[in-house]
Amino acid sequence: MDLLRFSTCGSVDDGKSTLIGRLLYDSKNIFEDQLEAMETSSRKRGDEVVNLALLTDGLKAEREQGITIDVAYRYFATPRRKFIIADTPGHIQYTRNMVTGASTSQLAIVLIDARKGVIEQTRRHSYIVNLLRIGRVVLAVNKMDLVDFDEAVYRRIVAEYREFAAGLQNSMEITAIPLAALHGDNIVDASENMSWYGGPTLLEHLESVEVADGIDHEDARFPVQWVIRPQSPEHPDFRGYAGRIAGGRFRRGDRVTALPSGFSSVIKSIHTADGDLEEAFVPLSVALTLEDEIDISRGDMLVSSDNPPQHASEISAIICWFSEKKLLPRGKYYLRHTTREVQALVTALDYKVNINTLERLDEDVNFSFNDIGRIRIRTSAPLFFDAYGRNRQTGSFILIDAGTNETVAAGMIDG
Amino acid sequence: MSVEIVTPIHLSHLRELESEAIFVLRETAAQFENPGLLFSGGKDSIVMAHLARKAFHPAKIPFPLVHVDTGHNFPETIAYRDQFVRDYEAHLVVGYVQDSIDRGTAVEETGPTASRNSIQTVTLLETIEKHGFDAMLGGGRRDEEKARAKERFFSHRDAFGQWEPKNQRPELWNIFNGRKAFGEHFRVFPLSNWTEMDVWQYIQAENIPLPNLYFSHPRRVFQRGRAWLDAETGFVSPQLDEVVEERIVRFRTIGDVTCTGAVDSIASSLDHIVAEVAAARQTERGTRADDQRSETAMEDRKREGYF
Ligand SMILES: Nc1nc2c(ncn2[C@@H]2O[C@H](COP(=O)(O)OP(=O)(O)O)[C@@H](O)[C@H]2O)c(=O)[nH]1
Ligand SMILES: [Mg+2]
Repeated sequence: MDLLRFSTCGSVDDGKSTLIGRLLYDSKNIFEDQLEAMETSSRKRGDEVVNLALLTDGLKAEREQGITIDVAYRYFATPRRKFIIADTPGHIQYTRNMVTGASTSQLAIVLIDARKGVIEQTRRHSYIVNLLRIGRVVLAVNKMDLVDFDEAVYRRIVAEYREFAAGLQNSMEITAIPLAALHGDNIVDASENMSWYGGPTLLEHLESVEVADGIDHEDARFPVQWVIRPQSPEHPDFRGYAGRIAGGRFRRGDRVTALPSGFSSVIKSIHTADGDLEEAFVPLSVALTLEDEIDISRGDMLVSSDNPPQHASEISAIICWFSEKKLLPRGKYYLRHTTREVQALVTALDYKVNINTLERLDEDVNFSFNDIGRIRIRTSAPLFFDAYGRNRQTGSFILIDAGTNETVAAGMIDG
Repeated sequence: MSVEIVTPIHLSHLRELESEAIFVLRETAAQFENPGLLFSGGKDSIVMAHLARKAFHPAKIPFPLVHVDTGHNFPETIAYRDQFVRDYEAHLVVGYVQDSIDRGTAVEETGPTASRNSIQTVTLLETIEKHGFDAMLGGGRRDEEKARAKERFFSHRDAFGQWEPKNQRPELWNIFNGRKAFGEHFRVFPLSNWTEMDVWQYIQAENIPLPNLYFSHPRRVFQRGRAWLDAETGFVSPQLDEVVEERIVRFRTIGDVTCTGAVDSIASSLDHIVAEVAAARQTERGTRADDQRSETAMEDRKREGYF
């Protein structure tokens, strides 16, 4: 069985939490005691029907205010697949939590309230989904019951969304589905109210959609996390470079280059606690041993000698800024990229994006809370990277404020 | 798991979760000076210790196991813990709740439903301080409980050990930011994305030995709320209207005796248990008295520094 990670996004009250609750409920992934707890709290709140949104809104403040503040992760399985859902908040001030949830997703469900159609939040969220290179989107047109299950309304919204999406930078495969999450229409069972819709239900689509994007299966990349040196009588000379493969595959006997040193060697073994492997690929955690003794430590990267990554200490990248403190021109931050940490100096603020109009603003480049745009950075030591569009792991980084230790930005390297 | 060659597209979900957990364990070892792995003898911490052994193999686990001992243990749990420590030459640190009570830093609950579960937090924080731990690996899973569903892999704790759920650090991709000020620490949850079913399937696939408590056995118990509480260890006393009887039960989760309930079960093997979990109509926490105290019991405890 394989694993699909997806996130839900959309504006407040579009029905994200209800949709997830429904998905879990209709696929029989809610337990009796969870249901009872929801019934009790629904009754306390005076809701008429059991409020399935209470399943994901787990924090006290969220339940009191009836909103989602932080990402909630939910898990369910059908006989065909296992799913990890990141239910992300819609409020603009929690955008960073939405980015958190989306950054590990392979697919995004963008919810729309059929009465409202494509609104600012839809555009903002879709822009972020697209920026993060989530290549598959489900456009979930929800609350169809409130527009009399009218096909024309649905068609209009889908057309409008497709037109907007066509203007986004990266291509996305969009599957549109009309829903009434509250009543379960087209969630697990086909809706009797919308016989005009001939496509799959949401669950059918999630169970069968092919996803492998964001993973580069060609260029072998291995960021070293930790060096395993037992120095025990049984393993006096073992020296294994532990890490998780971030791109391509490695085979025993492959020639690899260590960065930044540039020395090359041959893979002697691909070690795991269960025995050695002949080959390993994304996203396996293994330990590599090499034929030659070369100096390698955490933060270095082993790559295939045939197609090394880019190598530079000046990069340009799109960032999402998360902090209440403004991004400082000439500001210094820590930059974390794979397992490597360097110091970073912001050398230029190129532009910000108005994500409602998709316009580039190069006059006002004052990055404040939730702003997105392009900057240039110089690092204290070179980075080895791929364009984010080619490899989500070797093309992404975070910036950390040296004073507060907070994660202040997510970055995606151009290529 | 046996070493099979799998194609990238069809990597099984267990292999993927295993690989993710090992990645997190290694990040913890690398980013912190003095991590510890919370080991309660419960199945999640057993799986985590097993994964820690794999992550650093053939070297030993590079950090100690840390047990917060309420004194109300099933003897099997302690025997299991000590055997694990011997087998893998692991280092063990124990923090005793009794010591906190004797010092006066924790006050024991009284009454028929008294439990040391909540004052464990005091002992945990004291143990962290005494040994200077800067990261505690915990077996918490997001599917366990609604407040846990919100937790990051690397979860920051302030100098008072508190969690600030409304203002968590964003956690992008799999880049973990373990930077902190002096006196602060992190809780790290390698099993965040595992479900109860995944844990059982993994135990089955890996053939991980478990204490017998997890398998069906006859036990003298009495009913309280939804759960059958143990009447053999003597740590919980049945009230007048609570009748002790012998039943065939097993534990779905194991913690302190006073708040761990058994369920009726004849599941005597891992295959049986996996089938039973698949058919279960209640979450495993449904039998834990500590979570049923209020709607936000877990969030409240976590804010204060609970596991
Ligand atoms: N009529 C109708 N109401 C819905 C539907 N889906 C959700 N709602 C209601 O819309 C409100 C907001 O839902 P919620 O799931 O909390 O939205 P979220 O903020 O996106 O998570 C709640 O009152 C839901 O009951 C639907 O399909 N039809
Ligand atoms: Mg919600």
